[in-house]
Amino acid sequence: MKLSREEVVHIATLCRLGLSEEELERFQEQLSNILENFDILQQVDTSDVPPTAYPIPLENVVREDEVAPSSPQSDILANAPRQEEGYFRVRAVLE
Amino acid sequence: MNRYDLTIHQAHQLLKNREVSSIELTKAVLEHIAQVEKKVHAFVTVTEDEALRQAAQADERIKSDDLTPLTGVHALIKDNMCTRGIATTCSSRMLENFIPPYDATVVEKLRYAGMVMVGKGNMDEFAMGSSNEHSAFFITANPWDLARVPGGSSGGPAVGVATSEAIYALGSDTGGSIRQPAGFCNVVGLKPTYGRVSRYGLVAFASSLDQIGPITRDVTDSALVMNVIAGYDPKDSTSVNYPVPDYMKSLIPDLNGLKLGVPKEYFVEGMQDGVRQAMRTAIATLEELGATVDWEVSLPHTKYALAAYYIIAPSEAMANLARYDGVKYGFSYEGKNMWDAMEKTRGYGFGPEVKRRIILGTYALSAGYYDAYYLKAQKVRTLIRREFEEAFERYDALITPTSPTVPFKIGERVDDPLQMYLSDVCTLPINIAGIPGLSVPAGFCDGLPVGMQILGKPFSEEVLFRIGYAYEQATGWGERRPQLEKGVK
Repeated sequence: MKLSREEVVHIATLCRLGLSEEELERFQEQLSNILENFDILQQVDTSDVPPTAYPIPLENVVREDEVAPSSPQSDILANAPRQEEGYFRVRAVLE
Repeated sequence: MNRYDLTIHQAHQLLKNREVSSIELTKAVLEHIAQVEKKVHAFVTVTEDEALRQAAQADERIKSDDLTPLTGVHALIKDNMCTRGIATTCSSRMLENFIPPYDATVVEKLRYAGMVMVGKGNMDEFAMGSSNEHSAFFITANPWDLARVPGGSSGGPAVGVATSEAIYALGSDTGGSIRQPAGFCNVVGLKPTYGRVSRYGLVAFASSLDQIGPITRDVTDSALVMNVIAGYDPKDSTSVNYPVPDYMKSLIPDLNGLKLGVPKEYFVEGMQDGVRQAMRTAIATLEELGATVDWEVSLPHTKYALAAYYIIAPSEAMANLARYDGVKYGFSYEGKNMWDAMEKTRGYGFGPEVKRRIILGTYALSAGYYDAYYLKAQKVRTLIRREFEEAFERYDALITPTSPTVPFKIGERVDDPLQMYLSDVCTLPINIAGIPGLSVPAGFCDGLPVGMQILGKPFSEEVLFRIGYAYEQATGWGERRPQLEKGVK
């Protein structure tokens, strides 16, 4: 599977990853190479095989809704790059 | 014997008998770290103040005979486990200044047991890598040959234990990140069964594969650490509520009655002859210890594990790393607008391997490719898991090399991602299946360590410990220490 430059640009946009020209070029080649190696999976007959998402069978883990102490707001905001009046400050979504 | 050159059980005896105080031990270890770090760079942070404070507390506990086997003993924690008030960087620019407001469950448990934390261990950025060359800060060197890699991603923790900078360490393992560096550094590394140890407070890489485990000087120490960190945690919905045995009871020095299998697919093409030779000798020793060995086991789906892994792990990573947007914590770049800021934050904050995997995962999950890649990989995952299940109906454990080669040279594979991925070819099927794997020192090839990997069915850590312990008692490979002071290559 050969990736085109446009595809790499499109994927980088989907995951909001700013890439330099040099990175775009390098990743295009390396990822094409890696994806080619993944073709081996098409040899495996997986009809009637269910997918595994987790190695242990678990479903709907629930707990009692009990009151317990939570971290103080100041602790959580201490790592925020920008904050205002006890909130995370974000940039304008609509301009 | 040096004051710092100890196992947990040796240190515990000294502390318990009041032959040394934890403060004395701590000062000796800190001095040793200052010397050794110049050569190996295993630590992102040395937590000197924290260590001295915890040592003083430990000495108080020892005075009142309120001690556990870990009280007053030194630990190095991989830098992707949250430590309250102490930077947790994941060896990434993205988290370089991140100070967690809480402790990971494993850290909390170790603190409660009386840990003296000496520092946070270097790693491949966000645990993505097999050599520590993907740390955004510096490369950790292998103490057996400073020109070679220590393995990864828990390279710092493995080196710290190998050089006695810490008596034990915690690592995390998503595709071999505890076992492969343990094998490369001649120490013991356990990846427990998925769900055996809480992941709460472990910075997420691939949530269905990640597991925390101990890196230690010997198997007894591994059992001692597991006695503390294993168990159900309501804060981790994937931790399993299954009784935790006393792992010390599994340390029996013979293998009578055990049936072992050697899967031939793990003796792969491109495997080093010296590693193959060391493994043959090691397995023959297991037979002498009383085990029955079937040398002709076949797990035919093994060859698909690498491809399945490098679809599943990046897909999960891509989702987990979406949270780094420069808003709540971590690196943040002032851009022209919201999208520009986010793209630059992630563009500058992440290193090349992390970017590669985010793109790979995004591609595998994107419209049109989901069925061909992600869903296909999940189905192959089922087949690999079933194959192990069937094997464990016939064998108590499987024996493989931990890695097909001895530690490679720094720079040798860093520009060739596929070659780097291949160094985990023996370890990543184990994460896909969710089963436990233990790497123990199994000899040397050209002066470099070889690791033997022991695999068992889910929650069979006791069997792995028994085999590892009997082998270790019979051979003593793990007692060899790298000579850093003299004869450094």
